[in-house]
Amino acid sequence: MASIEMKNIVKQYGDGFPAVNDVSLDIADGEFMILVGPSGCGKSTLLRMIVGLEDNTSGDMVIGGKRVNDLAPRDRNLSMVFQNYALYPHMTVFENIAFPLRLSKTPDDEVRRRVTEASDVLELKEHLDRKPANLSGGQRQRVAMGRAIVRQAEAFLFDEPLSNLDAKLRGQMRTEISRLQRRLGITTVYVTHDQTEAMTLGDRVCVLRKGKIQQVASPRELYEQPVNLFVAGFIGSPPMNFLPATPKGTGLETPFGMVELDERRAAKVKGHDLVLVGIRPEYFEDASLVDEARRPLGSTFKARVDVTEWLGDSQFAYIPYEAPEAVTAQLRELSRELDSEELRTQAIVSIDSTSRIREGREAEFWLDTRKVHVFDPQSGENLTRDAEAGAELTRLATQDRVEQVEESKARQGGATSVGAA
Amino acid sequence: MSRREKAWWIVGGILIVLYALSPIAWIISLSLKGSSDIANQSFLPTKAVWDNYTQIFTGTASDLFLPALRNSFGICLIATGISCLLSMFAAYAIARLDFRGKRLILSAALGVAIFPVISIVTPLFNLWRQIGLYDTWPGLIIPYLSLTLPISIWTMSAFFREIPWEMEQAAQVDGATTWQAFRRVIVPLAAPGVFTTAIIAFFIAWNDFAYGISLTSTSASRPVPAALGLFSGASQFQDPTGATAAAAVIVTIPVVLLVLLFQRRIVAGLTNGAVKG
Ligand SMILES: Nc1ncnc2c1ncn2[C@@H]1O[C@H](COP(=O)(O)OP(=O)(O)OP(=O)(O)O)[C@@H](O)[C@H]1O
Ligand SMILES: [Mg+2]
Repeated sequence: MASIEMKNIVKQYGDGFPAVNDVSLDIADGEFMILVGPSGCGKSTLLRMIVGLEDNTSGDMVIGGKRVNDLAPRDRNLSMVFQNYALYPHMTVFENIAFPLRLSKTPDDEVRRRVTEASDVLELKEHLDRKPANLSGGQRQRVAMGRAIVRQAEAFLFDEPLSNLDAKLRGQMRTEISRLQRRLGITTVYVTHDQTEAMTLGDRVCVLRKGKIQQVASPRELYEQPVNLFVAGFIGSPPMNFLPATPKGTGLETPFGMVELDERRAAKVKGHDLVLVGIRPEYFEDASLVDEARRPLGSTFKARVDVTEWLGDSQFAYIPYEAPEAVTAQLRELSRELDSEELRTQAIVSIDSTSRIREGREAEFWLDTRKVHVFDPQSGENLTRDAEAGAELTRLATQDRVEQVEESKARQGGATSVGAA
Repeated sequence: MSRREKAWWIVGGILIVLYALSPIAWIISLSLKGSSDIANQSFLPTKAVWDNYTQIFTGTASDLFLPALRNSFGICLIATGISCLLSMFAAYAIARLDFRGKRLILSAALGVAIFPVISIVTPLFNLWRQIGLYDTWPGLIIPYLSLTLPISIWTMSAFFREIPWEMEQAAQVDGATTWQAFRRVIVPLAAPGVFTTAIIAFFIAWNDFAYGISLTSTSASRPVPAALGLFSGASQFQDPTGATAAAAVIVTIPVVLLVLLFQRRIVAGLTNGAVKG
């Protein structure tokens, strides 16, 4: 088990394209780090540089305190689960899992013991004599994991391991991976573009855009204190609404009326003439359902609802609004980059599922203004980010992780577990 | 496809198969005819006899045929083996590595493959006599390699390209050296390709006539196709047709056997399940 440090890592492919551009990232021992970002942002490239399948053009890769730039993959002692599993089709499940041990010339009975242990953990026992071709997707995925955990690797690397599974299995395997990681307490780097995986699995999440790190933080910090438009728009589903606004007095004038800001935020916004307010769908509510005590914490406005979607446990309403040309172009560009569908100038708001608001009618909404963020439309920077509050969130998450790892170590008496025997 | 259309396809298929098989049937029938029966003007022998076969195995033609059979087997197997081994490495490099002159190698290989054999035979004949390779096994194995290598490299690199890169990368991450990854993962996966290549190479070498007749002079290295041409009848006035036909049948048998034996392996999609299916 080891920490992974990346210092100013750059990767230029043969054609000069900088797939990874000056990335510096420290991953602590035992930490679960997620790499997310839209397609083509360099996640896989970065992962493959950690494992040594790709050389870095410049910068240093340090694993467990040792500079590994010039080490071949086999000398780095990391294990990796590939997106399409890359199982060896000519070997049985047993031999697939045993392969790393066979390469290191482990004695036969030791191999048998370790493979049995790994297959117990992954519930593969009755499939050990079968060939990968005859297994289901989930089983193949587990064989790939078995091959990863069977030896004492310094870290696990996953490249979108669940993207080939159907939704239900994905959920199952997600909890499985999380449990396994906590239990083994092993450093893990996990590439995904699935929101849920990023938010639920990661101790910290690293958001990449065009080969550059945007923000590295706990899921909560990313959600509540994003550094810029890109992160704010990328994290959260349905995505954050960005409304054009102009500062006026201590508040902002938006298509949905005035939004009052507290002193700290008002001071930061001062001096800008056009800004974007970022409001998460759940900051809205059907005004008639908000109790009197909460009402003064936000503002109310009337708007015509275009479409409503009732999902049983929740309900979404779409409210169109007018926006100046300069902002719409900017928003369209952003949504294209985030791979989201063409963002029309409409707000998605989440309302209580019992709400009687109907399509095509005018309705009154309440907007919780306490947590809205204000962005500079040109640079995309979050003007109202509270760095301290964010850091506190991440500190809490780190503390949780350390406690969990300690607990799991104590439970196992610090002794035998798969891969740590 | 409608029933009618299907029926036509079947009829057409049968016709083609008959057309393709008729020479073989003819050869078999010939090989079973007695010497006086050869010109009986009918397809089937009046009476099937094994005379021709006894003649080539134990009779007058056996001194010619049996050593030739041994030579053919030996030379072709060795040439196939060497060519498979060499082309495996060459094809792996071509499929996996980026190096200058890759295209040159491929097109040169193609060039060699289409180069007319007959134009090299005479210079080779002279050269071989100078350096003592004339009428020896290596004297035939080397030109056979020039026939089989290009096509082997081409087929084999097509197979290697099919094997997902990630297989090998996974092996490397698991702790394999490049050589271990090649031997324990790539070669087993490429096995169907190796079999196909081996069979093609073997056929090419087995069928050669030009080199066989020109670069040999005795039964020390003369292969079967060349020996067939030298068969003579029992007397000056008798055609060796029956014996030749019998020998031709015998020579065809390994080819047919090879295909029947390995067609499973050739077709087997071993890579199934390697990646998500
Ligand atoms: N072998 C290569 N040669 C040149 N460019 C490459 C190569 N591999 C990847 N790239 C480029 O590098 C960039 C990053 O690729 P990468 O595979 O890391 O993306 P990714 O973030 O994993 O995307 P996805 O989510 O689609 O898997 C892409 O723009 C891609 O075009
Ligand atoms: Mg990728």
